[in-house]
Amino acid sequence: MLRKGLTFAALGFALIAGPALADTTSLPVKDIHWSFQNPVFGKFDQAQLQRGYKVYREVCSACHSMNLMYFRNLGQPGGPFYDPKYPNPNDNPYVKSLAHDIMVSDIDSDTGDPIKRPATPADKFPAPFPNEAAAAASNGGKAPPDLSVMAKAREGGPAYIYSILTGFQDPPPGLTPMPGKFYNPYFPGDVTSNWTGPANKVPPGGFINMPPPLADGKVTFDDGTPSTVSNEARDVAAFLAWAAEPKQEERKTFGLGAMIYLLIFSGLLYASYRRIWRNVSH
Amino acid sequence: MSGHSTYEPKTGFERWLDVRLPIIRMTYDTALNFPTPKNLNYWWTFGGILALCLGIQIVTGVILAMHYVPQVDMAFNSVERIMRDVNYGWLIRYMHANGASMFFIAVYIHMFRGLYYGSYKAPREVLWILGCIIYLLMMATAFMGYVLPWGQMSFHGAVVITNLLGALPVVGNAITTWLWGGFAVDDPTLNRFFSLHYLLPFVIAGVVALHIWALHVPGNNNPTGVNVKSEADTVPFHPYYTVKDGFAISVFLLMFGVFVFWMPNALGHTDNYIPANPLVTPQHIVPEWYFLPFYAILRAVPNKLGGVLLMFGAIAVLFVLPWIDTSKVRSMRYRPTIRLYFFIFILTCLVLGFCGAHEPADKVIPGVTTFTLGDYDLNTMVWLSRIAALYYFAYFLVITPLVGLTETPLPVPDSISEPVLSHPASGPIGTAAASKKG
Ligand code: HEC
Ligand code: HEM
Repeated sequence: MLRKGLTFAALGFALIAGPALADTTSLPVKDIHWSFQNPVFGKFDQAQLQRGYKVYREVCSACHSMNLMYFRNLGQPGGPFYDPKYPNPNDNPYVKSLAHDIMVSDIDSDTGDPIKRPATPADKFPAPFPNEAAAAASNGGKAPPDLSVMAKAREGGPAYIYSILTGFQDPPPGLTPMPGKFYNPYFPGDVTSNWTGPANKVPPGGFINMPPPLADGKVTFDDGTPSTVSNEARDVAAFLAWAAEPKQEERKTFGLGAMIYLLIFSGLLYASYRRIWRNVSH
Repeated sequence: MSGHSTYEPKTGFERWLDVRLPIIRMTYDTALNFPTPKNLNYWWTFGGILALCLGIQIVTGVILAMHYVPQVDMAFNSVERIMRDVNYGWLIRYMHANGASMFFIAVYIHMFRGLYYGSYKAPREVLWILGCIIYLLMMATAFMGYVLPWGQMSFHGAVVITNLLGALPVVGNAITTWLWGGFAVDDPTLNRFFSLHYLLPFVIAGVVALHIWALHVPGNNNPTGVNVKSEADTVPFHPYYTVKDGFAISVFLLMFGVFVFWMPNALGHTDNYIPANPLVTPQHIVPEWYFLPFYAILRAVPNKLGGVLLMFGAIAVLFVLPWIDTSKVRSMRYRPTIRLYFFIFILTCLVLGFCGAHEPADKVIPGVTTFTLGDYDLNTMVWLSRIAALYYFAYFLVITPLVGLTETPLPVPDSISEPVLSHPASGPIGTAAASKKG
């Protein structure tokens, strides 16, 4: 009878674990392998993070802020430019020079006037627009969202970002995008009202206000990686995955140790349990 | 069982303290020497696991509160700052967030255990009711905690749930305004939710103390449901149950660790990593998994007030269960008929959870259209939740009293010691364990 109950329970779990909230209006994200995807052992590929930062800096940062990021983050353990010689990322000369390339707003402490000065590792990534309204006004009415935790804020994470960036395509005949919007089958949406084809064949996806940001050769990678759209998209998605959770590697390393400890501890406790209960019928 | 103390102060200090504040005596009697049935199985380890869960939530929560900012413009970023800049902040926060889920897994198992073995029956009614109060407080605490990171789900979940109270006749709107501290979920709401979220776990800790007090008067129930007859039926809590609970806790922590270290966001919703925006409503607003069965019951009723009442009714029946159950036999081990209905009941709760995760109009079997019954097609989540909700209430209000009156239970053993030969002792101390257990 207990077995019957367990079967019921297992069946119930199978039901719950089934696909929840299937979104039929966009294509499933592309299947792509990441160096960090293994939940236990996966690690970031530092060269990839460096390339990804370059893509963000040279392309995406024109529209997207990353308000939770400081330049020092780039040089912290696990970061794209971490160098064990500089445990304090603020001393890392490479991080300093990356920051120095960027101008940030400040107040002149002598005159009180607003000024621009080169950034230091302690500064935040500056935002491209002064406020949300300005950001929306320059982008056809929709502000580009902050990318700091984007990789955690969408189902599919980095694979979704990769799919969006590589998924732009000419709308199929019968589909006329609204001006200033771009068809992307991976972007959740509903294009029915712009569709003149058969009602049961509405194309998947939606219209996004972001123009296709990447192109072959848009970014020159210093390590000689060919700058195809696919490589650029993959690297920037990996960078965003790191930025969304910079402590991911620390979590996995720490976690493995903790789990091994707990496993041994459980074994010892079980042995003690068997020993203590040996003389009691129960 | 309680009352008679075998503690003997050994040192001068213990004798001195014992006549002034007999706290060592109390600890000895309740936590070390407490006579406990010797046949408790692993389902009985969840009480200790729950105490640990409460401890974990309080310790991690207090540390989070040192860094968290309960202000609508800063709450989201302050949580992310904990994850990024506070030493081991990611560990603290992921433990607290996943800890809430672990707490609910444990409490649900603990409650199903009580239902199966009839632990709510006389003389443990007050113990059971205190448990139900703990459960209610846990739900309130978890709900308010989920609002604090101020993501999209936090905000819109808070809007949906607080709006439910607006369905109450006459006073509804006044209550929601009072709860919000304004005319919408906003800064005052966030502030008071933080204050209450900090307070309630300590209230829970107080009720847990009463719960354990009420446990120690009649003593533990056990898998046979038969009362303890003599000392031969029991073992002292320490070391027998400290070691068994300790082992179970360690295994539980392993499962906890799988979530915290390897899939920390699996139980959450991605939308909660989008900062709250009152102007953009998420496509689907879903509560945390542990509320889903109640959410399904809520949405099974076309009328809002009716849904709210039914949802609270689903918890209210637990409070009166000791008086609904007509059976004198505690353990379902000896009640084959009700046992079958009970397993269907567990399945029903899972089905309700499944329905709660979907939109009411979603198809149960994809692509199949049957016929429309009332407002929805029969092959929809809403109809499945209606059937399940019906069984949920029927189980308590009809099946439990009727089966208790009509069933013929299997023979119940005279004492705990009688059927325990399934795990015989393997020999007196010193002799090598001759036979391995089967
Ligand atoms: C010309 C400005 C512009 C550039 C450059 C740009 N974006 Fe966007 N992006 C936008 C706008 C506008 C939106 C909002 C689109 C919408 O919601 O319709 C957006 C949205 C997004 C989204 C969110 C999609 C969603 O699910 O809501 C992601 C992810 C994204 N951009 C990534 C990037 C990356 C990575 C780059 C750099 C390779 C980039 N963007 C470059 C303007 C831009
Ligand atoms: C914070 C939450 C809770 C804590 C810390 C807690 C703790 C405990 C502990 C330590 C025990 C004794 C060991 C055991 O039997 O497992 C116990 C027993 C019990 N609890 Fe809870 N409990 C909690 C919530 C609940 C809830 C929500 C219910 C039911 C609605 C409940 C019902 C019971 C019952 C009936 C017993 C007696 C069990 C028996 O001996 O058969 N408890 N609890």
